[in-house]
Amino acid sequence: MGALMTQRKGRRQFLKRAPAIAGVAAAAIHSAAGESLGAEVRPSLEELRAHGERSRFVTSERIGGMGFWPPTATKVRDYGFRTPLQDSVGMVTPASLHFILSHGFDPPDIDPAEHRLLIHGMADRPLIFTVEELRRLPTVSRFHYLECHGNSAMGGATGIPRKAPNATVQDTHGLTSCSEWTGVQLSLLLKEVGVQKGATWIVAEGADVVKHTKSIPMEKAMDDLLVAYGQNGEPVRPEQGFPLRLVVPGWQGIHNVKWLRRIYLTDEPHMGNMESTKYPSPRPDGKSRWFEGQLGPKSVITRPSGGQKLPASGFYEITGLAWSGGGAVRKLEISVNGGQTWEEAELQGPIHAKAHTRFRLPWTWNGEECVLQSRCTDDRGNVQPTLAQLGKIWGVGLDYFQSTSPATADMGNFNAIQPWKIMADGSVLNALLA
Amino acid sequence: MRCWRKSALFAVAAVATAFCIGAPGASAQAPDYANVGRTASPDDIKSWNLIISPSGKELPPGSGTAKEGAQIFSAKCARCHGPAGEGTQNGPRLTGGQGTLNTLQPVRTIGSYWPFATTVWDYINRAMPRGNEGSLKPDEIYSLTAFILFRNGIVQETDVMDAKTLPKVKMPNRDGFLPPRLEDIADLQKRGCAAGHCP
Repeated sequence: MGALMTQRKGRRQFLKRAPAIAGVAAAAIHSAAGESLGAEVRPSLEELRAHGERSRFVTSERIGGMGFWPPTATKVRDYGFRTPLQDSVGMVTPASLHFILSHGFDPPDIDPAEHRLLIHGMADRPLIFTVEELRRLPTVSRFHYLECHGNSAMGGATGIPRKAPNATVQDTHGLTSCSEWTGVQLSLLLKEVGVQKGATWIVAEGADVVKHTKSIPMEKAMDDLLVAYGQNGEPVRPEQGFPLRLVVPGWQGIHNVKWLRRIYLTDEPHMGNMESTKYPSPRPDGKSRWFEGQLGPKSVITRPSGGQKLPASGFYEITGLAWSGGGAVRKLEISVNGGQTWEEAELQGPIHAKAHTRFRLPWTWNGEECVLQSRCTDDRGNVQPTLAQLGKIWGVGLDYFQSTSPATADMGNFNAIQPWKIMADGSVLNALLA
Repeated sequence: MRCWRKSALFAVAAVATAFCIGAPGASAQAPDYANVGRTASPDDIKSWNLIISPSGKELPPGSGTAKEGAQIFSAKCARCHGPAGEGTQNGPRLTGGQGTLNTLQPVRTIGSYWPFATTVWDYINRAMPRGNEGSLKPDEIYSLTAFILFRNGIVQETDVMDAKTLPKVKMPNRDGFLPPRLEDIADLQKRGCAAGHCP
């Protein structure tokens, strides 16, 4: 164990020295070859045969929601850790880079042999399952994205790096990730316990230190939820909920309870701390919208994106990700002239419902300033709004989004179109508020 | 293989038992997947923490007042939340803030923001005090809840909080959420929520 930990430490030191981490020198769209990587303890070739690692030249990392990592004396521990979407290819997020948001709590160290899932409340036959028993049941694997309802939010402390002109797509959209989840359909388990008449809600509970809870309407619970034990072909990672995680496709990340240990069937929402006091979206008039489960259509160009630099005019493929909590992505349009005209991008198939969908458009940059944007339409016909349109829905003006007041901090479900401005020197800036 | 035969035998017994117990009243539909998962007994369920909802139907016996809660608070909570619940670097503010929600500096505390007193009981029970979660007895939790409500001017110092009185406490911001009625929040379509946004 000691030797392994030393190695990890060595590896982290190496990573910290690498340039792409904070999005600062992620500048070059071409990888910076030939830089000094310094001394590093690497796993032996024998160890790599047992369990592989990425090349030491690949350095992308999650970063804290406040745009820094690790915490320092003056910057306290962070909340969320964002996926480096600028480095993503395809539509799957490696589990090791899947965003983390656990409200500041560390993952519990759970022995799967000891773990139990209790389903009870308004049930004819309350049942307790071991993880191994769940694995005996019929299994499904599905691609789904998970997104924090605060992803791309404008307010509060995390809004500052998000709104900055030099923000990367990791700063602006890094709280979304997509995986192949494997597990048992919750509807199957609910049928096994026998849902009683009048049970209109489930309450899912995790085994973390505060035993996080989230209420979910029964109609959604019976629809497409998974009790997942697998992620991208391996057991769900500890920071993602090992050994069991609830997957609630298309709904705010907070519903996807990690370290799942209980499903409680009831006739009212639980109104736990998070759902009744932290996740309602406040309005300027002081009232709050609550239980806005489903997320809207959204997309972002990941390349070229904020903090990158086009080395010269010429050919580039514009690429990015689109998704919707309402279903599958039907159409993705790109504007390269600040929204004057839109062109349909190619969607990478097969397209999965409530999953990241990769889009691509060939483009030749003429070397002049321009603004790139992407706009998602889902198969229900819902269209991703501009910032102005979103403000209209919420009844707020641009000044509201510019404000750093705590009043805007919890404005969730932000899905406005993200503009990236290409400067004449090839640098790419966050132009959301420009 | 030996294990398999053993559990197959056990399966027959378990299914039979399930039928016997499940027969009266319950929809007597047989489980589709024999011997996967075991029936949770009332004792099994009792060993898990409580989930307390706005109706308070899950609240356990016990009671307490703010007066009793003051001592417990100063011994177990004040270090992080401050002597009067005003908050410190280590724990959030629990009191004050009423009248600030529609300003640019809203102060969201239990007193100014939380819609249900039952949530206070539930969260203390499941998550407090940090590092020793689940250690408080129901009487202590009723007392602490009463103390926090008292410090927010919501109940009197001598008001007794118990399974009957706590769910009836009307929190100042109970009507500050849209839609306010619990029976209206589950159906996003009926609420007119479209494309991830609710009016």
